[in-house]
Amino acid sequence: MRDTTSMLPLIVRDLRLEMDGRILLDVPLARIQNRQRNVILGPNGAGKSLFLKTCHGLIPPTSGRIEYTLPVSTAEVRRKQAMVFQKPVMLRRSVRANFTHALAMAGVGWYERRRIADETMAQFGLSGLADSPARVLSGGEQQRLAIARAASLGPDLLFLDEPTSSLDPTASRQIEDMLDVLHERGVTLVLTTHDLGLARRFADVIFFFHNGRLIEESDAERFFTQPETEEAKAFLEHRLFW
Amino acid sequence: MQQDAIPISSILSLLTGDGGNFLGIILLSLQVTITAVTCAGLVGLPLGAGLALVRFPGRTVIIVLVNTMMGFPPVVAGLAIFLLLSRSGPLGDLGLLFTPKAMMIAQFVLVLPIIVALTRQTIEDLWTEYQDHMTSLGAGRLRSIPTLLWDARFSLVTTLLAGLGRASAEVGAILIVGGNIAGFTRTMTTSIALETSKGDLPLAMALGVVLMSLTLIINSLAFGISRVGARFSGKS
Repeated sequence: MRDTTSMLPLIVRDLRLEMDGRILLDVPLARIQNRQRNVILGPNGAGKSLFLKTCHGLIPPTSGRIEYTLPVSTAEVRRKQAMVFQKPVMLRRSVRANFTHALAMAGVGWYERRRIADETMAQFGLSGLADSPARVLSGGEQQRLAIARAASLGPDLLFLDEPTSSLDPTASRQIEDMLDVLHERGVTLVLTTHDLGLARRFADVIFFFHNGRLIEESDAERFFTQPETEEAKAFLEHRLFW
Repeated sequence: MQQDAIPISSILSLLTGDGGNFLGIILLSLQVTITAVTCAGLVGLPLGAGLALVRFPGRTVIIVLVNTMMGFPPVVAGLAIFLLLSRSGPLGDLGLLFTPKAMMIAQFVLVLPIIVALTRQTIEDLWTEYQDHMTSLGAGRLRSIPTLLWDARFSLVTTLLAGLGRASAEVGAILIVGGNIAGFTRTMTTSIALETSKGDLPLAMALGVVLMSLTLIINSLAFGISRVGARFSGKS
């Protein structure tokens, strides 16, 4: 299972994020294993998005370390991971230009960009929209574009913040199919969601956050059948708690 | 009724050719204004974007100064440039005073702060939307500037129009540094000032109508183009 060319597993140690004396994030230890489907669960405000953004390097932690298995430079870490945001950022350009722009930023050459863009759009059924302005797409199409755009960069590790929130069941289904494709391709996925159904179907590993703390990290099957913490049990039974 | 008819007949007689170098005045006005705004845009757009994104000590002071400069009195700007370009001034050897180039410089100086200030605001707003995405792609603030300028293109057309408005309406500065020399540095606005003080009100009004019509046409064209473009590439 262990891939010696991969920079994963990623190990997060003693990660803390504080703002104005308030602890927003507290993760003593978390392991993101290679090729796994990692799902982050927790109520609103539990720190799920902050955890993703911190792991992705968008927010510098107050203390703690984010370690990769291979000694890699920051630039390389950046290149090998990508993130899809809860509200996908659509450049004010065509769908194709959204791909070529991201690839250009990643340092891909002119002709290669177009080739990868067209290939990725064909893979994810976006070819028909190639010349449409990205910002007039529907919510589901925008989310698919955002995921495909991140995938076109060829990341080993992909973070997704609420990829199916505010989508109808059909669109959610399409997103799930895309995630399956990426998983089969060997991309390590880390996503947050409120959709317990998606988590049950999809997850290999569950990270459960509560009040900024990672309080449970376990195998998905075990998490859903016999959660260790009271909070997780209450969360799964839809009992509100704070 | 009689009064109203005068400007219209004046305009007609001016346009039909017996007004001498009337066309020359219009062309010079356009040339000075468009050159000044183009140069100010070339300098001001990247400068404004840089000011929006790059963090350095004294940045806030510069932003306040630039915002203040938007209301810089044209006659004061004209005076400053007059002193710079006059024979005994530091740039006197260039021999630019009382030439169209001097007028372009004056308008450039007046338009630049408007373009820098409005661009900074636009780009800063767009950056809050794009920041996570660009950072995730490994593009820092400096590298994001071309992306942001391109994606803000339709808002920035309005910024350039604001600059154009200031330049085409301006009279104080170009009167001082241009000297309002007939056939050489006389523009529509300086002619209006001159004809009014000479008492030739119909001619002044006719020139005013032409100036406003031209401004209307330029603005309509720019607005139309940017609207069509914005629709074509999605809601701005």
